[in-house]
Amino acid sequence: MATLLAIIIGCLYAAGIYMMLRRSLFKLILGLVLLSHGANLLIFTVGGLTRGNPPVAAPRADAPVVPHADPLPQALILTAIVIGFAVLAFSLALFHRGYQTFGSDDPDDLKVSDR
Amino acid sequence: MSDVLLVLPLLIPLTTAAVSLLAWRRTGLHRVLAVAGAAALLGAGLVLLAFVWGNGICATQAGAWPAPFGITLVADLFSAIMVVLAGVVGLAVVLFSLASMDRGREAFGYYPLVHVLLLGVCGSFLTGDLFNLYVWFEVMLMASFMLLVLGGERPQIHGGIKYVTLNLVSSAVFLAAVGILYGLTGTLNMADLARKLDRMDQTATVTAVAMLFLVAFGIKAAVFPLFFWLPASYHTPPGAVSALFAGLLTKVGVYALIRVFTLLFVQEAGFTHLLILVLSGLTMVTGVLGAVAQQEFRRVLSFHIISQIGYMIMGLGLAGLTDSPALATLALAGSIFYIAHHIIVKTNLFLISSVARRLCGTFELKRQGGLYQTQPLLAFLFLIPAMSLAGMPPLSGFFAKLSLVQAGLGIGQYAIVAAALMVGLLTLFSMTKIWGEAFWKPSLQAAAADAAPQDLVPRQQPMLLLPIGALAVLTVTIGLGAEAVFTLTWRAAEQLLHREDYIQTVLGGPS
Repeated sequence: MATLLAIIIGCLYAAGIYMMLRRSLFKLILGLVLLSHGANLLIFTVGGLTRGNPPVAAPRADAPVVPHADPLPQALILTAIVIGFAVLAFSLALFHRGYQTFGSDDPDDLKVSDR
Repeated sequence: MSDVLLVLPLLIPLTTAAVSLLAWRRTGLHRVLAVAGAAALLGAGLVLLAFVWGNGICATQAGAWPAPFGITLVADLFSAIMVVLAGVVGLAVVLFSLASMDRGREAFGYYPLVHVLLLGVCGSFLTGDLFNLYVWFEVMLMASFMLLVLGGERPQIHGGIKYVTLNLVSSAVFLAAVGILYGLTGTLNMADLARKLDRMDQTATVTAVAMLFLVAFGIKAAVFPLFFWLPASYHTPPGAVSALFAGLLTKVGVYALIRVFTLLFVQEAGFTHLLILVLSGLTMVTGVLGAVAQQEFRRVLSFHIISQIGYMIMGLGLAGLTDSPALATLALAGSIFYIAHHIIVKTNLFLISSVARRLCGTFELKRQGGLYQTQPLLAFLFLIPAMSLAGMPPLSGFFAKLSLVQAGLGIGQYAIVAAALMVGLLTLFSMTKIWGEAFWKPSLQAAAADAAPQDLVPRQQPMLLLPIGALAVLTVTIGLGAEAVFTLTWRAAEQLLHREDYIQTVLGGPS
């Protein structure tokens, strides 16, 4: 399972970087999305994949039943997804505004501020 | 006592921003609150600094969960110094904005955004947990994205797209690095990480993760070769915003670099810190050469930020390459001194460029001129930070460079010392270029200006010049009282190098 996920993460990173290098602002955003999904899956995988019981101690028990999954990576991913969602919404709005302002989706047509 | 002090620098900007947002339509209230909040933040920072100076490193666990599990807030002298500097920049920029910000931006939440930015910056300085550092970075970035494009002018949108993209890439790299580090050690608390990383034998893997952190923070700090977003975006927003960015944002990246490469990744210092030292030299040189080629006031200054970042991480690189604690402390103390000096001077220069733009109607140096004739006070106030940036004694920049150069000579890294001295000379050259073009040259006909030149409205003039004057006085004070400031940074550097104190304060008990 870990190997499969590792391959998927690799593909996500490769696809993300490829999309970011394309000459289009829209594909740039798609690339960023893929990249952040890759990072999230990476945290999930390196945190250890365990199938088993919920990591919650039963009443009057000291510790949850082993084996149980580590809840922390999932909490991290949840936080990262929420932040990523907000940032994505903002960048979509910004890139849309960029498209309206410059009338083009090609980053090379955006030459005003940097020479 | 220390619990309250550690939370206050976060609570003050948060409250200010929240109350301002509740009173969305009352811009007048925003202005009052913003000034009060920034002043309170500066006060809280100073009290925190005094407390840490007296009692050593202090830590608290928000939510009262014990150390590696809770939300840890830590302040050592370095963090406390950075919080004070954030307060200084915040207050100066808010005061300057009162006279310079346009009504439209004020109505769309300019002041609350400044305080959200300050919240993210102070959070990054005070957190003791790597994942929380990521979250604070995102808070800061989100506010900076919005401040950068607020107003929606063409150059702003263009600069914003580049800035947003590269910072998101950096965040993705940072997140991946945090994930892998958690997989390796099972903890994200920085003190706990330091302890566990020391006991690990997979140094190669740890160094690989360290490189991921170097890339992630290197993008934020605008280190060679990751700096391209900075000169593409910093000259696009209004003057007050670019002064705020120039003063604080890249320095948060530098802070994070210094923190992780003194606390966590010291196992392979011969490799990692040598790489940092090489990068610092390249950063200095490329930055200053870029500045020499520019003819626009704020673009010259933007490239100088990059060049100065090189000096800040030079001390970090040097500190890892010596066995002598005294020399390592000297190098790190030089870095911290440099950060303090740079934040004040750079904010000031950007504020001055904004006033010059108002008087001449353009940022292009070729079309500016005659400011010495019409505004001798402004010209004088420009000379102080400009000469300090170039490292003229007795101003603050001289002492910062002096300690770095001394450390470099002591450690025997002569190449970097030569680079640092050459770059200082070129810095002086581009400061004289600005002086010659904007201030000394006779006034031109303003026909070619982008906007009509305006005289300073007498009512606004004190408000524009007050923060500039105050920062200039601060620069001179740091220069004249260099010994006291140096004692402070020396102790901050000692705390950074004695990792055990930090670890024990956070985790408690012997290691």
